[in-house]
Amino acid sequence: MVEAEVRHRNNVTVTGDPDGPVVVLAHGFGCDQNMWRLVVPRLAGRYKVVLFDYVGSGGSDLSAWAPERYASLEGYAQDVVDVLRALDLRRVTFVGHSVSAMAGVLAARTAPERIGSLVMVTPSPRYIDDDGYRGGFTAADIEELLASLDSNYLGWSSAMAPVIMGNPDRPELGQELTDSFCATDPAMARVFARTTFLSDNREDLDGVTVPTLVLECAEDAIAPRGVGSFVRSRVPGARLVTLDATGHCPQLSAPEATADAVLDFLDRVHGSRPDS
Amino acid sequence: MAPGRTPDPAPGDDPGGRVPPSGVPVPEDSAEELYDAAPCGFLSTAMDGTVTKVNATLLDWLGLERREVVGLMRFADLLTVGGKLYHETHFAPLLSLRGEIGGIALEMRTATGGRLPVLVSAAVKKDADGEPVLIRTTVFDASDRRAYEEELLRRRRAADEARELAEAARREAEAARREAEAARRGAEAARREAEAARSRSEADRARLTDALVVLQQALLPAELPTVPGLDVASYYYTASPDRLGGDFYDLFALGAGRWAFFLGDVSGKGPKAAAVTSLTRYTLRAAVFHDSDPVSALATLNAVLYDRYGLKADPRHCTAVVGVVEPDDDRGRTTVRLASGGHPPALVLRAGAPVDGPGRADYLTTPGGMLVGALPDAVFTPATAVLYPGDTLLLYTDGLTEARTDPERTTLYGDERLRDFAARQASTAPGDVIAAVAALLEKLGDGVDDDTALLALGAPSRPD
Repeated sequence: MVEAEVRHRNNVTVTGDPDGPVVVLAHGFGCDQNMWRLVVPRLAGRYKVVLFDYVGSGGSDLSAWAPERYASLEGYAQDVVDVLRALDLRRVTFVGHSVSAMAGVLAARTAPERIGSLVMVTPSPRYIDDDGYRGGFTAADIEELLASLDSNYLGWSSAMAPVIMGNPDRPELGQELTDSFCATDPAMARVFARTTFLSDNREDLDGVTVPTLVLECAEDAIAPRGVGSFVRSRVPGARLVTLDATGHCPQLSAPEATADAVLDFLDRVHGSRPDS
Repeated sequence: MAPGRTPDPAPGDDPGGRVPPSGVPVPEDSAEELYDAAPCGFLSTAMDGTVTKVNATLLDWLGLERREVVGLMRFADLLTVGGKLYHETHFAPLLSLRGEIGGIALEMRTATGGRLPVLVSAAVKKDADGEPVLIRTTVFDASDRRAYEEELLRRRRAADEARELAEAARREAEAARREAEAARRGAEAARREAEAARSRSEADRARLTDALVVLQQALLPAELPTVPGLDVASYYYTASPDRLGGDFYDLFALGAGRWAFFLGDVSGKGPKAAAVTSLTRYTLRAAVFHDSDPVSALATLNAVLYDRYGLKADPRHCTAVVGVVEPDDDRGRTTVRLASGGHPPALVLRAGAPVDGPGRADYLTTPGGMLVGALPDAVFTPATAVLYPGDTLLLYTDGLTEARTDPERTTLYGDERLRDFAARQASTAPGDVIAAVAALLEKLGDGVDDDTALLALGAPSRPD
């Protein structure tokens, strides 16, 4: 795909040091690239930071969404590969939050020359408990989440659609846009939720060959402690850092600690001075 | 509505209305009591979600003791699993990014394992430096509203399903319509093709019929010549327009007041029979010119036909009467000499005999005459008739005598009935006789399954 098309489709934002090594920040289920707002300033000084929204989320082009493609994690991984190829980015550090960590694993397998290292922020390769594996949820729990989504999207209004889809002819919608981030079409959110919480990517972890950092929170209501250790044990050579943070989104609840851990990892990957 | 916002006064609100009427005691309310006993739940949490303060209303709803909650539980711990997931993926990130969030539907867990649908609004309180210090959360009991919303959702899903079903039905109907349309077009095309084929076949048939008519006419004289001292008439009855008949006749001048005539029937039907008819007709014409003896003419024809067809796998032959007529006005006698090769006998009608009486109509027998062209040395029988004024000689082919007269079509019309029919005719003039027999043929209709040629030669009546 042409760069301009992908930039539009995935609402790509590029910031930071244009000549620095590239860090790609990918949001998980529930919000969009705004999730990284508190972390980006800390990375931007030394790195070229690329953000994007998966199709169906945030400011992406909703007309590009297709239920077949985005009903599997490969569809989201393809979004990652499309962005990297369109911007011709190589050997990037891919930082994926939650389900995006797994999308990063799949993307690295598809385009190994594009992804040089991985940071997995509160990843979970499998949310549902399975014979001897503790993902933290039962299948019934996931159905309950889907019901929660439905009750909250009652307030979602089709009037927001042009805002979410981006409407250059109506700049007055700009303010509304900042107020409405994380707003998503309920049908697309449902598909994303199902894909996220019903996937099982444990086997894919064995195939990771790049330097990998796993970030977990001390208390995470979605990815229990054991999950981080599981991921570390399955990814060859992975490091696990447990942040003194609560919740599933350390980039919001503990942005400094999160940024520090990522920067420390970047130093290890690129050497202490990224220029050298 | 976002938390912390006060509604603007509605236009026209009378500010004076807020002042209580004098003399009525104003009930006091304390902020403390309002917090604890308000008709909604209040909750304050540290930034990590740990509950630091909660009001009695919420504890009552959840069936929890204050000591079980404060400092020990996080807000998310009070939620159902689905609520917790939604809190982590949506509620907390949005609150963190925006500093406030309103009207979120969640479900809380009660101490007895029940579920309490609630609507939650929350705001982050920041300190003087803008650092977030705590989260204030308001909880409304939404049981009734949730039931209503669930009903809405249920109906929306039902409507979606109905819409999908309707759409599917519409698509199916559309497909069926297209199929029917295609079938209709196919049928229409087939009909047009059949129609075209029918037209073509009708045109072919019409062309063929035209060609056959032309060909048949070529085998017969266009019209009989006018013969001084002789009345003549002829008729050709076509049994089947698309089958060339093998019947033929002719009348032509030999010179010196003599005229030759013949009438016959070639075996078979169709183009091959027509070819034989043509050969026969021109052979006889040439033969009679060469030798006016009718027997010689038949012998010549016999030789030609036998030579041409006699030894072939598909032999062709014919029956024929050939004759020469010599009108003699002065003496009132017209002599006819003829010879027959296997042909039905000619009929002589006498004007002088009483109608339907003896001698009115008699056959001029020519026994023993053989088929022409069947054997190399065929024998032909000569005969002579003298016609007096008003008398007529009628020649015919066996299409007439072999016509079937009964519905079962097993009985032939026959020689006898023909003779009786002729005898009953009031007029023996050739034109009248031919007209009567032609009418008879029309009457026999479908019973006549072979063409029939008629030729009548008559001595004109003398005016008395």
